[in-house]
Formats: sequence, structure tokens, C-alpha cells
Amino acid sequence: MISQFFVLSQRGDNIVFRDYRGEIQKGSAEIFFRKVKFWKEDGEGDAPPVFNVDGVSYFHVKVAGLLFVATTRVNVSPSLVLELLQRIARVIKDYLGVLNEDSLRKNFVLVYELLDEVIDFGYVQRTSTEVLKSYVFNEPIVVDAARLPPPGPGSIFMQGTKRMPGTAITKSVVANEPGGRKREEIFVDVIEKISITFSSSGYILTCEIDGTIQMKSYLTGNPEIRLALNEDLGIGRGGSSSHAGAVILDDCNFHESVHLDSFDVNRTLALVPPDGEFPVMNYRMTQVFKPPFRITALIEEAGSLKAEVIIKLHSAFSSSITANTVLIQMPLPSFTTRISFDLEPGAVGNTTDFNQANKRLEWGLKKIVGGSEHTLRAKLTFSQESHGNIVKEAGPVSMTFTIPMYNASGLQVKYLQIAKKSKTYNPYRWVRYVTQANSYVARL
Amino acid sequence: MAPPAQSHRSASPSQPSGKSEVSDLKSQLRQLAGNRAPGVDDSKRELFKKVISYMTIGIDVSSLFGEMVMCSATSDIVLKKMCYLYVGNYAKGNPDLALLTINFLQRDCKDVDPMIRGLALRSLCSLRVANLVEYLVGPLELGLKDNNSYVRMVAVIGVLKLYHISASTCVDEDFLATLKHLMLNDPDTQVVANCLSALQEIWSSEASTSEEASREREALLSKPVVYYFLNRIKEFSEWAQCLVLELVAKYVPSDSNEIFDIMNLLEDRLQHANGAVVLASIKVFMQLTLSMTDVHQQVYERIKAPLLTLVSSGSPEQSYAVLSHLHLLVIRAPYIFSEDYKHFYCQYNEPSYVKKLKLEMLTAVANESNTYEIVTELCEYAANVDIPIARESIRAVGKIALQQYDVNAIVDRLLQFLEMEKDYVTAEALVLVKDLLRKYPQWSHDCIAVVGNISSKNVQEPKAKAALIWMLGEYSQDMHDAPYILENLIENWDEEHSAEVRLHLLTAVMKCFFKRPPETQKALGAALAAGLADFHQDVHDRALFYYRLLQYNVSVAEHVVNPPKQAVSVFADTHSNEIKDRIFDEFNSLSVVYQKPSYMFTDKEHRGPFEFSDEHVNLSPGTESADTVVPAQRVDANDKDLLLSTAEKDEGRDASSNGSAYSAPSYDIAASQTQKESSISNSNIPGNTLPSSSAIDDLLGLGFPIETATTPTPPPLNLNQKAILDPGTFQQKWRQLPISLSQECSINPEGVASLTAPNALLRHMQSHSIHCIAQGGQPPNFKLFFFAQKAEESSTFLVECIINTSSAKTQIKIKADDQSASQAFSTLFQTALSKFGFP
Repeated sequence: MISQFFVLSQRGDNIVFRDYRGEIQKGSAEIFFRKVKFWKEDGEGDAPPVFNVDGVSYFHVKVAGLLFVATTRVNVSPSLVLELLQRIARVIKDYLGVLNEDSLRKNFVLVYELLDEVIDFGYVQRTSTEVLKSYVFNEPIVVDAARLPPPGPGSIFMQGTKRMPGTAITKSVVANEPGGRKREEIFVDVIEKISITFSSSGYILTCEIDGTIQMKSYLTGNPEIRLALNEDLGIGRGGSSSHAGAVILDDCNFHESVHLDSFDVNRTLALVPPDGEFPVMNYRMTQVFKPPFRITALIEEAGSLKAEVIIKLHSAFSSSITANTVLIQMPLPSFTTRISFDLEPGAVGNTTDFNQANKRLEWGLKKIVGGSEHTLRAKLTFSQESHGNIVKEAGPVSMTFTIPMYNASGLQVKYLQIAKKSKTYNPYRWVRYVTQANSYVARL
Repeated sequence: MAPPAQSHRSASPSQPSGKSEVSDLKSQLRQLAGNRAPGVDDSKRELFKKVISYMTIGIDVSSLFGEMVMCSATSDIVLKKMCYLYVGNYAKGNPDLALLTINFLQRDCKDVDPMIRGLALRSLCSLRVANLVEYLVGPLELGLKDNNSYVRMVAVIGVLKLYHISASTCVDEDFLATLKHLMLNDPDTQVVANCLSALQEIWSSEASTSEEASREREALLSKPVVYYFLNRIKEFSEWAQCLVLELVAKYVPSDSNEIFDIMNLLEDRLQHANGAVVLASIKVFMQLTLSMTDVHQQVYERIKAPLLTLVSSGSPEQSYAVLSHLHLLVIRAPYIFSEDYKHFYCQYNEPSYVKKLKLEMLTAVANESNTYEIVTELCEYAANVDIPIARESIRAVGKIALQQYDVNAIVDRLLQFLEMEKDYVTAEALVLVKDLLRKYPQWSHDCIAVVGNISSKNVQEPKAKAALIWMLGEYSQDMHDAPYILENLIENWDEEHSAEVRLHLLTAVMKCFFKRPPETQKALGAALAAGLADFHQDVHDRALFYYRLLQYNVSVAEHVVNPPKQAVSVFADTHSNEIKDRIFDEFNSLSVVYQKPSYMFTDKEHRGPFEFSDEHVNLSPGTESADTVVPAQRVDANDKDLLLSTAEKDEGRDASSNGSAYSAPSYDIAASQTQKESSISNSNIPGNTLPSSSAIDDLLGLGFPIETATTPTPPPLNLNQKAILDPGTFQQKWRQLPISLSQECSINPEGVASLTAPNALLRHMQSHSIHCIAQGGQPPNFKLFFFAQKAEESSTFLVECIINTSSAKTQIKIKADDQSASQAFSTLFQTALSKFGFP
């Protein structure tokens, strides 16, 4: 049971504010914002998602640069409130197409309508985009999606693959397309995030893939859908008899609407997708896999007050695939004053930078095709002699990237079957893969 | 149109901009009020939006109330909704004007469109104006009977709103019976869920004054009701499922078949993508199996994978909430998670609140087989750019070292930290080396060699400086430079701002003096002089004390200041078991995130609908053995420092053997409630005292008869059968009050023989209006704390009771607000105790 719900902009303005129970004194939004703002300045890092000030618990999630906040005086389940905040954000996004400060400000009356139906007197009533449709009467005012890239995994499809309509994922589930009827289509996105740590000698110390099969349906009449995964998919360590090449997940969970009747037999998920965006299945894998990138990094003293850094990057995926927005960062000794970079001859789309404030080397690569190798050399100048081990003063190297149409786990959507209403019914179906770095680290 | 930009976010109505805009709106609304021209609704919409946006950013637009109501006569539903929102916000402050809205809201409550009916009813109940309550009753009654589920859903919550405006109206109009009927019969699950929420909230707040309400509340936990919910659980929304699962977690099944049935039914809830559903299910599993050690263990194994999946999917905020719970379980049963340590490695991009939890988990799961790898990993974090985390990591290494696994390798690493050229690393490492030396003096040789190389100029943090100075004093015979370093520090006495450091300096120079007098004498003189002139009271006093001690006798002084020391075997735990158990009982709540039981951060009335046990019986399932029952003193002193500390490890292993002491919490409140004849008076007791106990009294020559003879016979003592005392108060009182009675008595040997778990005894004592607040132990020794209150006044009795089941003897200690009544109470207590076990 919550008491208030509000959304604050990055600067702390109320964009919507709803008091459900009138039991918390005025000014809670200001109290909250000040606390969050000063948390970091007190050297404590980010404010935790839940904290208590004078008997009032404040919950918040950050979505698209906005703070979604709930307050309560009761000892509630923190998971429930945080899940709820995240869900409210998603429902709003379903309605507005794009969720950002601008779209929220333009549509705040609609958001109030939603909030009225989602929560009554602090108790959750319903959060299904689908059900809410019949209770919401404001038409969304659609903001220009092209101007501001929308956040979230959807945005990554806008760069790489031309055949994908870039705005599709940002379209509202309720608004009609300008000048036409709704397009029948369904998106199934397999999104994987890789966490990996390489030792200084290049061995994999830990690795994990956290994946989500995300669905966004614009199909009318809610036909049943069958989603078939790899038949030899194993779940649970030491579970089924795993042969070479089989994908073994550690564990997974499913959306409410998924029927698992035939999952154990042929790894098929059956569901009637509700409107809007939702995760069909989340999974986690710690089975060893082939990492898309190998990084080797080296730092060596080169005379007094000097050192050299060499970072080598090898892309281990197929040459038909291209990774985007690659960024490599490496913290350097605190007494580093200057760097001169030395890129390979003919390198294109590379950026190099030395971030003076936090003494970090940054190397950006716009695109990396599979099977290629890139090297960066950098000469460091120090302001003082290093007494200890220079390797302990620098690193580790971390990397972020996005690789469309690639997944590291090997999990596949074999087919996506839509129950046919008629012979001519043939909606668009998009099955897309993307892999991102979560924590991709090489130690020195 | 968007809310105006932030410039006048905090604008009060007095601010010129806000004011003129509001009066502007007022005149525009007036113009539109009576206008029925086509298209006028669109202009109204724009105006209403403006009003709402001002309301949102905190400008007071309540002065528009009249105009808004006048404009609300419309069939446009968007307009209606905005108007409802406005009215709900300002009605409370304008009760007279709110009356204006009643008319159109009541009319809308009878609209043909169920949605309009529902919306109007919701707004009507949201007015929060006490003198309009009479207008609510009729529409609510109709709403509860409406054939549309949306209207019923709104009406049920409406009843709850009515209760908060006027509890008596809500109870008198018999709405609760209607809700109960709907809860058990309505086809719509959201209506059912709302009934459950509303009834729980209402009955919980009524329970303290109405016996009927507390009976009703307990009836929610009866088998038919719980099964009714369980059988339909998948029809409920995911949020309502959480509500049901919370209820089920409080249910006490009659046998293990029932337990397994429930667990099988809920098994697939663990695969739900919503973390709240999974955690609520885990709570059920945990609570159900508390008394079945093996199954309880299996539950831990079973929930590991789902929890880890939730931690790594979802947003950082969601994963934090789940991780806090995983943290609790890891701390509770580290041995179960010792192979999963790699999951608790920190990722470089995680927020520090996540990293902190993970570091504590890594510390907890460290054991013989994984320590090396964990410490290696922690050492990587020590060089981290995130300095607070680097510090925490070093502390974690130290804690692991103090847990005694593979100390050898760890000491080496700690010494490497000292050689790293980062001042915060050196500082943290120094503090740790000091603690390590207190526990393992045998390492002094290796450590001192490295510590001796550290220049005290590079150590600035008071704690680290104090640690360094302590080592200089303690090991001055091994550290060649010690007297000179100390001398140097003393020369800069005035620049040393920390009193803690100056205190340590005094002691260290004393110790050094005893070992190397000629070299230190000068420094000692300077230190004592500086100390005597110090403005800080403690420093001054210590210097004076040392000075006089030396004057008196140097060898005595040495014996006082530098006696032979024993190695510290276990550092004090910062957190009592009692508190940990309470937090565990409140699984899936904020208690877990804050690492505090709810009574420390909520008011009584806000403890939530599930705090059933709190007001009546305070039973924490006992996991502590008799000798570890915590003397309450330490608890609140350490409330703030909830980090688990060094003694943790041993307990973790104990937990497996203690497992059998888990007992399902007793919910036998009904029995005690209905037992109205539970006030016992002194005169009712046959024979006044038991032969056995009076015999002992005589034997000990305590002479109680004389005492009663000299004092006038106290009036018969009646106890309050619904006495309430929260553990915090209990602990406080226990600490403050003196022991007014301490004696030994016997209990019925047959009764006590069957006392494998104390729960039966607790129920028995409760029927005599003596309530248990904490208990623990394993056969044959049990330790229990009871309390009771006088019926007429709030005078409390506290009892510590140690029962030995093999000798059928009991030791009791009584503390009382009213000391004169403690003898009478003691008799009552012993009588009640002696009856235990007799049919």
C-alpha cells in the first residue's frame, strides 16, 4: 500500500503528483529530491532505491532520466513497490510511445487518468495496458521520436538494421497511425547482456549472460502465439543430458501470460500476448560461451616519469556482423598528466580522449566488423615517480558495446507462430537479436 | 500544453506570477460556466488542464473551487475526470464548497454508464470531509450491489475510505459484513482482493478496541478462508497474488501433508517474472517449513536460482530489493551459499549500494575452500576507482582474516596493501593489521617489519593514526624507531585535532617508556605536559592519571598500563539474534532492506495489515540457545551499526544444529482471547502457595510470611489479559529496573517432560494473562521472557524464567514497576506455572 506517487524531472520539478491517502505531510517531493541530490555529495554514492526519512519510506526508480517515486508510512514489500513503479513507467510508455520528460509533460492529464485506475487509495488495482484502455479517454499527444532517441533496448535497433522501421518500437499502443489503419505487427526481441571478467593473462574468471525475450504486440484481437526455442535447451545445472553444443540455462522465469504446458516437451511457449511491451521470459546462463571480444591490455614503465599503454581488441564474431558504439575505458595512475595517443594507420571512426577529471583513458570505435583486430598505443607522462607497482595503480579495462543480430548464448527463436484468423491474415513479425555489454572487464 | 517550467515550482499563492494567473483563470472559467455552445468543451479542457498543471507544481488553485464546480456540468468524460481530480484534492480544505459537488456526484452515481458510476463513487468517497459522510452511505450501499464489477471494486475501496473519514459510520452501517460476503462470493477477483485489503486494514485498526474485530481478523487465517484464496490464486492479478501469499504466510497448517500440498501448489510461483510474487512465495515456503529442518534446507536450495535470476534481470532498483533479501538469507545460512560466491562478485558498473551488500555476502560465505579466491577478488576492488568501495573491500578482507580461514595468505595481502601508495588503502589496512595483531599476536614479527616502514606523515585519518600509534606502543621493543616516531608526534601535539589520537599517543608513549626508558623519558615528559595542558577533558584526565600513577609507583603503573594481554578470540557481535529473527519474520518487507525490525522505523498504526502477532503475543521463533539469549542491553546501542561483524561466522555454522529449535510461531490468539475468565486473583488460588515452592522458601529462610505480615496485605492482583508491550520497551525496562524477586520453584514433572518446544507452555501462560516476549533454548534448558500488566493500571511485571526440563526446576527473576506487588505476582506466576501439564 502506497501513500503518494509522483514523477520528478532531473531538476526536481513535479511533472505529476498524486496523493492517494493524504497521510504524509506536504513537501515530501522536496524532501525526497534534496535527499537524493545530496546523497552523492556526501560521498555515499547513489541514493539507494529505498530510504526512510522521519518515518516515511521513499521508493524510486530511474526511467528515461525521470524519477518515479512512491511514498508510504507502512512496512510494505519493497519489491512490490519497485516493481509497481517500473510497471507504471512501462504502461505510460505503452500509451505515449516515447517516455521522456517532454512526452510526459505534454500528456500529464492522460497520465493522471492512468494513475487513477492503476491505484486506488494506495492499493494496486490493475496495471495491464490492455485492460486500462477502456478506462482512459485522453488521446496521447505523440512527441517527435526522431528528435530525442528513446531510451531502453528498443533504441538499439534504430542504428544498425535498415529494414526495421525505426519508429515502430516507439509507437503508442492506442494512438492510430496518421492517415491509416493500424499495422498488424509483432516484435520479439532477444536481448542479452554479457558480464565477463578476464584475468590479466586472458582467462575468463567469471561470465554470465542475462537475457530477456521481450515482446511488443500490435496485433488486434489478441491471437494466440507460439514461440519455439532451441529443442535441446537445458535448464538447471546438471539437468538434462547435455550434449556438446546444447544451450544450458541456469534458470529462467516467465511472464504471467505464458503457458508452459508444452515447454518441457518441445521447448515451446504458448501465450496470448497482452497489448504493450512485456518480457516473455528472463534467463540467466553461466555456461562458458565464446565472448564476442577479447581484450588484452598492458601498462609498462618506459623510463622515469613515463609509461606506455597498449590495448588490443579482437572481435571474435562473424564478419557479416558489426558491433556499434564501442567504448573502451581504462583508469590510469592518479599522477598521470598527459597522454599522446598512437592509433594504427588507416583507423577510421576512432576517438581517443584523456579524461583529466577522473584520470581515465577513453577509446571509442564507431563500428567494429567481426574477425578484426584493433590496437591503441598511448604514451603517458607522470608528474611524480611511481614507487610501487604501476599495474596496481591502473585499470581494469572496461568496455561497452552493442552488437545487433548477434547473441552469445546460442538461444534461438526457432519460429513464431500466430494463430490465424483468416487466410489473408499475415501480420508482420520481427524477431531480432541484440547483445550488449553489461560489465565487460579485463584486468591488468 | 505543458505544466509551466520550473521557475516558480515552490511558488506560493502570494507570489505575484501565480496569483495573477489564478485570477486570470478564474475569470475565464466564469465566462465558460454557463456556456453551452458547441465546442465549448474544448476550451474548458484547455482551462482545466491549466488548473491541474498548476495544482501539480504546487500552486494553490483552491480559490477556483466554485468556478470548477460550476463548469463541471458536462457530459464530457475527460472534463469530468479532471474535475473529479481537482475536487478530490481541495475538498478537504474547503468543506463548505465541497457540499456543492455532492449533488452532481450523487447524480453521476446513478448514471447508466457503469464507468461514470464508478468514477463518481470513487470521487465521492475521496472527498475526505467528515460532515458529508451521510451522503456517502446510500451510494456505497448501491455500489456494493452494482451488477458491474468495476463499480463494486470502487465501492469496496470506498468503504475503506469511509472508514478513514468516520470509522463509526462504517461499522454501524454494517458495511463490514457486506465486504466479508463479497470477499467470499464475488466472481471478480479484484473485488475479492480489494475486500481482503480493506478488511485487513479495518479489522487491524479495530482489533485493539473490539474483540469481535480481532476475532474476525483471525478468522481470515482459518483453513477454509486460506484455502478459498489458495485455490483461486492464479485467477488473481500478480499484485493481488502477493496479497494472498502474505496471508498464507501467516497460516499455520495442521500437519505436514498440508504444508507439502501448499508448497506444491505454489511451486510454479517461483518462476514468476515479478519479483514481488517470488519473494512473497518464498516467505510462505520459509514460514511453513520453519519447524522442519531438512525441508527448510531444501527450500533454501530451491530458491537460490530464482533469486539469482531476479537479481540479474530487471532494473538495478528491482534487483537491489531482491538482493537485500538474498543478503538476509546468506547471512542467515552462509554455508548453503558458500559455493555460489562468484555470484556475489561486484561488477564495475553496479551502484555502490549493491556493491556494499555483495561485499558483506562475500565476507559471510568465505570458508576454508573459497577464501583464497574471495580474498583475491576483494584485493582487486581495493584498487578500485570507487574509493568507498575500495575501503569496504579492505575491511572485508580483514573480517575474513578474523574468521580464521587461511590467515597466512591474507596477512600477506594486507601487508601488500600497506605498500600501495594510496593513502586510504594504507589507512584502512593499518586499522585491520591492528585488529589482526590483537587476535593473532604471533604475526607481529611480519607485520611490524612492514608497519615500521610507513611514514607517519602519510597517515592522516584519525582511526588509522590511532592504530599506528597503538602498534608503536605495543611493539616498541621490536620497532627500532618507535620512541623517535612517538617523540616526533608529540612535538606536533597541538596540530593533532583528534582527541582519540592524542589519547592513544599518551598510552603508547607510556608503554614505550616501560620497555625503553632511557630513550623515551624525554618524550614521556613532553607528552604528559602537553596532556595536562590539553583542553579535552578525557585527554587531560588520562595524562593526570598517568602522571600520578608514575609518581606513586612505576612498576604498578606498568602493571596498569601495559599488563600481559590475552589474544582476543572473538570480537563482539554488533547485532543480536533476537533482532535478526525479527527481521527474518518480517521477510519481504522494508525491515529487510533497512536491516531493522519494523518497530524501529514505523509508528504503531502504520505497521501494516500483516503484523498480526505484534499486538498480542510477541513470539519470535526461538533460534538462540539458552546461553545466547541476548541481554537486551546491547540491542539499541547498536541499532545504527547493523553491519554484521566478525563473530558472525561461528553462528552461521551453529544455525544448522540450532535448526531443530525452530518452532512455528503460535497463533493461538483466539484461545486466549475467548478465555474471559483468565484474570486470576490471589484469593482464588487454592492453598495460596504450592508446597514445593514454599518449602524452598523456608529452606532458604527468605521469610516471606513475615514480610507479608509486616506490610498490609496487598489487594488481590488482577492481570490485564490483553497486555501489550513491544520488545523495545521490554528491553529498556529490563535494563532499568532492579530485580525485585529471584527464586527457584518446581513445575509439574509430567508436564515439563513433554516440553520439547516451549510453545505449549506459552499458550498456557497466556491463558493466565502472562505473555511471552522472547524465548529460546533446546532441551533440557529453556529460557523465556514473560511480561504481564495489572488490569487496572499500566504497571508492568517482567520475568526471566529458566526451565530445566530434566530436573523440573525453574529459576525465575522478576522485575516490576510496582515493587510492592512483585510478591503477589510471583505467587500468581508460580501458580500458573505449576498448573502446566495438568489436564
